[in-house]
Amino acid sequence: MIAWLILIAPLLSALLILGGLHRSKIFSQGVSIAACLISFAISIGFFTGSIGAPESLIWIELPGFKSEIGILIDPLSKLMLLVVTGVGLMVHLFSVGYMHEDEGVSRFFGKLSIFMFSMIGIVVSTNLVQMFIFWELVGLSSYLLIGFWFQKPSAADAAKKAFLVNRVGDFGFLLGIIFYWTLAGTVFFGAEAALAIKSHIGVEIPYLNITMVTATGLLLFCGCMGKSAMIPLHVWLPDAMEGPTPVSALIHAATMVAAGVYMLCRVFVVLSISAQTLEVILYVGAVTAFAAALIATQQNDIKRILAFSTLSQLGYMVMAIGLTSPGVEFPSTSMFHLTTHAFFKAMLFLGAGSVIHAVHHEQDIWKMGGLWKKLPWTFGTFFLGVLALTGFPGLSGFFSKEEILTLAYHRSGTVLVIASITAGLTAFYMMRLLIVAFFGVARSPQAANAHESPKVMIIPLVILAILTVFAGYPFIGIQESLGAVGTHEASHFVLYLSLGVMTFGYLIAILLYRGQGFEPIYTRVLANKFYVDEFYDRVLLRVQQGFAIGMDFIDQWIIGFVFVRGTSLLVNLTGEVLRLVQSGSLQGYAFFFCAGVVGLVYWMLKGF
Amino acid sequence: MNPLLLLLLIPIAAIAAILWLPQICPKRITVTAFIVNFVISLGLFFQFEPGHGYHWVLKYPWFHLTNVAQINFHLGVDGISLMMIFLTTLVSLTAAWVTSKKVKRAREFFIYVLLISLGALGAFLSRDLFFIYIFHEFALIPTFLLIGIWGGQNRQFASIQMTLYLALGSLILLAGIVGLVLTQPLDSRSFDLEAIQQIHVIDDGVQKVIYPLLLIGFGILISIFPFHSWAPTGYASAPAAAAMLHAGVLKKFGLYGLLRLLLPALESGADYWRPVLLVLIIGNVFYLGYVTMAQKELPLMLGYSSVMHMGYLFLALASHHLVALTGFVLLMVAHGVSAALLFALAGEFQTKTGETRIASFGGLYTHAPFLGIMFLIGSMASIGLPGLANFSGEVLIFFGSFKSLPWVTVVCVWGVVISAVYQLRAVRLICFGTVSEVTAKLVDLSTYSARFPYLLLVAVSLWIGINPQSVIHLVQPCIESILNVGGR
Repeated sequence: MIAWLILIAPLLSALLILGGLHRSKIFSQGVSIAACLISFAISIGFFTGSIGAPESLIWIELPGFKSEIGILIDPLSKLMLLVVTGVGLMVHLFSVGYMHEDEGVSRFFGKLSIFMFSMIGIVVSTNLVQMFIFWELVGLSSYLLIGFWFQKPSAADAAKKAFLVNRVGDFGFLLGIIFYWTLAGTVFFGAEAALAIKSHIGVEIPYLNITMVTATGLLLFCGCMGKSAMIPLHVWLPDAMEGPTPVSALIHAATMVAAGVYMLCRVFVVLSISAQTLEVILYVGAVTAFAAALIATQQNDIKRILAFSTLSQLGYMVMAIGLTSPGVEFPSTSMFHLTTHAFFKAMLFLGAGSVIHAVHHEQDIWKMGGLWKKLPWTFGTFFLGVLALTGFPGLSGFFSKEEILTLAYHRSGTVLVIASITAGLTAFYMMRLLIVAFFGVARSPQAANAHESPKVMIIPLVILAILTVFAGYPFIGIQESLGAVGTHEASHFVLYLSLGVMTFGYLIAILLYRGQGFEPIYTRVLANKFYVDEFYDRVLLRVQQGFAIGMDFIDQWIIGFVFVRGTSLLVNLTGEVLRLVQSGSLQGYAFFFCAGVVGLVYWMLKGF
Repeated sequence: MNPLLLLLLIPIAAIAAILWLPQICPKRITVTAFIVNFVISLGLFFQFEPGHGYHWVLKYPWFHLTNVAQINFHLGVDGISLMMIFLTTLVSLTAAWVTSKKVKRAREFFIYVLLISLGALGAFLSRDLFFIYIFHEFALIPTFLLIGIWGGQNRQFASIQMTLYLALGSLILLAGIVGLVLTQPLDSRSFDLEAIQQIHVIDDGVQKVIYPLLLIGFGILISIFPFHSWAPTGYASAPAAAAMLHAGVLKKFGLYGLLRLLLPALESGADYWRPVLLVLIIGNVFYLGYVTMAQKELPLMLGYSSVMHMGYLFLALASHHLVALTGFVLLMVAHGVSAALLFALAGEFQTKTGETRIASFGGLYTHAPFLGIMFLIGSMASIGLPGLANFSGEVLIFFGSFKSLPWVTVVCVWGVVISAVYQLRAVRLICFGTVSEVTAKLVDLSTYSARFPYLLLVAVSLWIGINPQSVIHLVQPCIESILNVGGR
């Protein structure tokens, strides 16, 4: 029973806060943090093995179709639960300080609790339908939190966009689940389902040159493309930065966007049946990693830079899944990077939040500068985050990134090249961010008068910084909990390569941006994110709306016209007939109508 | 006293009370009657023991048409009708509750609402086709009057168009029903539903004729493509209570009829006409989905959206699959609830502001948070968010239909994206943003009494969404028996 509290606590917190306690700020914060703490404690219980999985609750049971709400505890979910609840707890604490002045603070914590509930639900899912249920619910909480400042048009649009783009991904995901069920006869995870699917390996879909198994994998991957914002469904994530910064840290960097990667790890045994599926996953991941890093080099909004960096790192994780050799239970390399990334990226976002808080909601890095002296704690932790993200030796990001590069080295030369260039770009844009925002002179009055954030915001940063430094070392036990990370021999070539591109990236950034007051190498196509948003807005959406209007026209003027013309003729006729009756009132009409029907029935029956 | 008979007598008693006790507020009488009915239906729900066959059966021979058929007044419920009764009493209650007691010609208005509820209850309770048909006609006529007298813009046109369409549908339906009855052997001919469901051998040629009559006859009432034109305009000009009752309950009567008659008796007719039905389904989901996307007025959008969602239900019918048909019953109830919620809100917006254009609203979260949140929940239910009822129905339909109708199912799943596009756009324009002049005319519902009907609908949607099994275990045996008769 105690195990269920991991879901019940945040749900109850959300209900309490949104259902009436929102009048008291302090109470809402307290309830929400307490719920998060309970979930965290139970996650530790699961991790150490002192709490076991409870019995599942049946959601739907029909002959041939069964789905339940359950808690699945295995190495994958144990680790992910710790990440979600641990980072969640830090973000909850940070929000106390960050959202301090906002009127809707209670609403914020209530929605955060909805998010924790749904995210934990995804992690512990025992079957794909349960995962889809919570998958949609995190989508809802993301929608609510991006649109938290609902009076702001840009936030409202971003929320809608996030929901819709995810819906497109979920269209594929749901079909993937239906395919899975069709082949396996069940929606549950596990080796038996994979075996059943494997037995259909030769079955092709008529008219399409693709087997059912490959299609299943690709459709499931669609879900990941939406949630983890793979190209071409990436457009919602940068816009999602309209939400409060703690939300960006928790949902749009550390946990929810990683749910796509987590889901792929869950169904990896099924994905890996088809080599084509893995190849598509590999290249979508690699292209996303590269293109997002490229775009990140020319962004000026501190949160957008981090958002594109998240995209790029998610691409890395997805790429790692594509690189994993079939036969293993799940891609531990990818999960390892997911874990370390969750720590340092959450810290970077919270650090950015601390900066934004200090400079009164200015997000343009060119209006900052010289912050390192004024915000020593924020700067220190942010600096560590930059080093970890760029793979500086000795920090957690180094270990996990190294594993991915090693994997690429052993499996595909092309991918190794893309991944290394991406790593170089990462070093470049993060160093650019660091130099422009924290060094040089203050370029705005806000930046000149910045003050360090309160302790409640600094403490979570420091805790995350400690994790950022140590999470990669074997004695922490993350690799051990994942089974065996890095089955491949580490190679000196990869080590030198990654150190080389990193140093190169650092150097270029330092040379270009040291002491600069404006962008020296403005590149329009990158600053405009390859015009993908413009393409969607001006072409796809207009075509769709045009199509809709065309359909509406047909409906009004062809279907409506033909029938309505017919009807109006009939109306006139009826009018003529009824004139003879001269009733004049609607009740009269109704009476005759009724009498007519009864008479007709009687007449027809008599006739036979 | 038989509880089913009681369900029918209470609205009659309420009508009598309104007629003879003019000093009592008619809304109060109506709402009281509907509360009693709702409580009875809840009681039935909790007393019901799942399984095959009918409960609380009541049967009086009415008259025997020599050489034609025996007609009985025959009541009884199984799992499916139980859910329909529950839906009817729920929507009737909320529809009466959200109507202002100061509505013009209040006594007549509430009498018509009671008549609609009576007719729908009678249709779902009856086991005899003759009575099913008569009760259903009985419910339709007051709907036309509600629109014709109390409607908004275009009410004359809308109500006449609706009357003619639905009367035409009824006639076609009648021909189909008579044909179905006549296929029975002369000596045992009856209008009894079970008897018709057990007709084992209908000649293939006859099936081919009867099937389209029933499909189109019921289909016009359900607004099947391309006979849907009456629905959006009808709902747009209807007063909220009429739109709620029609979209929420009466439409479901058509689906209920198809489930009861089409599936068990006309197997080979269904096979023959399936390709046509599939085209119509795509028309409903895909074509009308995009038409919905082009709508600029809220009531029209909701009307088209309600038409569009009927496509999923037809898909389940076409699939003949146990899982899909169980989802069919869930979605019937779920859609009734979400349509009632959204039409109630649209009615509230329209009566308070006199405005229907979606773009003229804005800032509802700020100005009237309760209404805003209700609109959000209704929209989320309508686009199939898990946790709310529509999702459990839709997902079962998609799963069940995929095996036999993969391609059409894929198109229908795309409908989930289409409905998200228009519904979220409406939420964006109405709820988000700064308070517009139009929105400022609205008053948030602050009393428990005013909020109750909305919260009741949300609660039911949540209950079915979170625990669909509580409905499924009632419905499943009935669907099995329908399929066994037909499937053989």
